[in-house]
Amino acid sequence: MPEPLAWQIATLTGVRPESAEVKSFTLALPAWRSHRAGQHYDVRLTAEDGYQAQRSYSIASPPSRTGEVELTIERIPDGEVSPYFHDVLRLGDQVEVRGPIGGYFVWEPALGGPLLLVAGGSGVVPLMAMLRERSAAGDHTPTALLYSSRTLDDVIYREEIEALAAAQDGVLLFQTLTRSQPADWSGYARRIDREMLSEVLARIGGQPLTYICGPTLLVEAAANGLVELGIPPARVRTERFGPTT
Amino acid sequence: MDDPLMLDANAVAGDLAEMFGFDVSASMHRCTNCGNRGALATLLAYVHGPGIVLRCCVCHEIVLRWVRTPTRVYFDARGAAYMEMGAP
Repeated sequence: MPEPLAWQIATLTGVRPESAEVKSFTLALPAWRSHRAGQHYDVRLTAEDGYQAQRSYSIASPPSRTGEVELTIERIPDGEVSPYFHDVLRLGDQVEVRGPIGGYFVWEPALGGPLLLVAGGSGVVPLMAMLRERSAAGDHTPTALLYSSRTLDDVIYREEIEALAAAQDGVLLFQTLTRSQPADWSGYARRIDREMLSEVLARIGGQPLTYICGPTLLVEAAANGLVELGIPPARVRTERFGPTT
Repeated sequence: MDDPLMLDANAVAGDLAEMFGFDVSASMHRCTNCGNRGALATLLAYVHGPGIVLRCCVCHEIVLRWVRTPTRVYFDARGAAYMEMGAP
């Protein structure tokens, strides 16, 4: 058995565009280990002069997919690592990774629900792993996904999420588009606020186990709003990401 | 606190695991300053300086910090009254 956090050389075996600035990268791992939904991998790039850049990327694939992991990565224009994935890395190329990492921002069906997932932008990635794990396990935990994006074109996993909600097996979908909305848009059209959270809570009921992932400001607003609405802080888990990942 | 560069300590769970030898992100700590008890992953991480600084999510005092040189790691844990983890 390999050391949990030994660096290993992964091989890129697939790339799938998810939205204008977001792609999913499938990495084959020689020392693959089962992960928990919500965990991440560290990626390390080393330049010829020895300079290293390291970032963490959430795993999008469910643990039931063996031998490989899928990382969904947003291209940050002046980033050090994400442009390399988007613009330089080709199928068959190798990259150094370690993982899976993280024992806190994780969900599995045994933790139960109801489950409230709140995402901003590419913060949906670890939450998608939870939704995929829920489906793969045949689990029916009542679940709500509140997902904030700038525009409809920025929505990651759009078809899959809408299909999950349409399947009527207990996943409620609430979307908000903060920058522009199509003419026939029926979702929210503003940043996540307390009134929106209150409406989602009324639909999901109870005191949901809550996972919030996104930019810091969204995470703060959502976490503070939910606690003000009576959700115990111990039921709210957050994962912030900064603008330079 | 609305510092947009702030992350959760979950983001540095890999570095912590490298130092401790196993994943400690779900392990508990108590803040020396305010007494808050919580998972290490709830600490607020500042990762853009020369070293890593983890602050209490309640009082924002420094709990853990460390810096790497090419051959050493200097780890300052005086902001944690204690840490509690499963025996490895």
